[in-house]
Amino acid sequence: MTSTLAAPRSPYARAPRKNGVNWEKWGWIYMRVSGVVLVVLIFGHLFVNLMVGEGVSALNFAFVSGKLANPFWQWWDVAMLWLALIHGGNGMRTLVNDYATTRISRGILKSAILAAVVILIVLGTLVVFTFDACPAGQPADLLPTFCQAL
Amino acid sequence: MPQNSAEALTAQRKTTSRRPAGTLYRGREGMWSWVLHRITGVAIFFFLLVHILDTALVRVSPEAYNAVISQYQTPLMGLGEVALVGAIVFHAFNGLRIIAIDFWNAKYQRVLFYVVIGLWVITMLAFVPRHLINVFSH
Repeated sequence: MTSTLAAPRSPYARAPRKNGVNWEKWGWIYMRVSGVVLVVLIFGHLFVNLMVGEGVSALNFAFVSGKLANPFWQWWDVAMLWLALIHGGNGMRTLVNDYATTRISRGILKSAILAAVVILIVLGTLVVFTFDACPAGQPADLLPTFCQAL
Repeated sequence: MPQNSAEALTAQRKTTSRRPAGTLYRGREGMWSWVLHRITGVAIFFFLLVHILDTALVRVSPEAYNAVISQYQTPLMGLGEVALVGAIVFHAFNGLRIIAIDFWNAKYQRVLFYVVIGLWVITMLAFVPRHLINVFSH
């Protein structure tokens, strides 16, 4: 089978839709807007978790639940969760469109990406807003120090 | 489309010449920044999936979370974190470069690629020694 490559910037073989929302344009804008915000959120996240104090060696339940007991870090982490997963999912969709050659493989891969993004956004949001920094019946040395005052 | 083939051939000859024309994304800095942006993006995406699942263990129990997070503190994973942060920092700075190309001026894309590399080196010089001390002194 021989196939010819269209010359660069030749018009679409299929006429582009003229009405309705241009989702590709909004996806393109989303990647740039979320990208700028994510640079700030993720650099802040990496600095606080890996650079301050003893970095990765200091990470444990007491550290993370101490952070997540604070609404500031709850909203920081939820914003990162939503922005990063949708940004990453849309980026993976671009790769599938570029590299998956059949309609059915594109369908399967994009469904898998969508499922992963939706499930992890729901899971992560529930975890951030429903977890207990001082769970009952747990050894005090595993918990943040403010749990002792309760 | 016979009448188009001569035109297509000219276009092809132009784009396969030694100096690619009319595109930022074939050959040299434009292409390699694009390749690295894709590779780092995929790597970060798969880490993100795992990272949300491991963080979700704070909802299970302190022991479960500590058992998994201690795996991130081994020397091997410490080196993996250097690679992860390197990928994130490149993707972040090159993403800002893409935004500058789109909204500002594409003629600076090549010099901006070297700005990205320079900022990446500076950021990694600030991060890597401190991180490796944290990993290997505990």
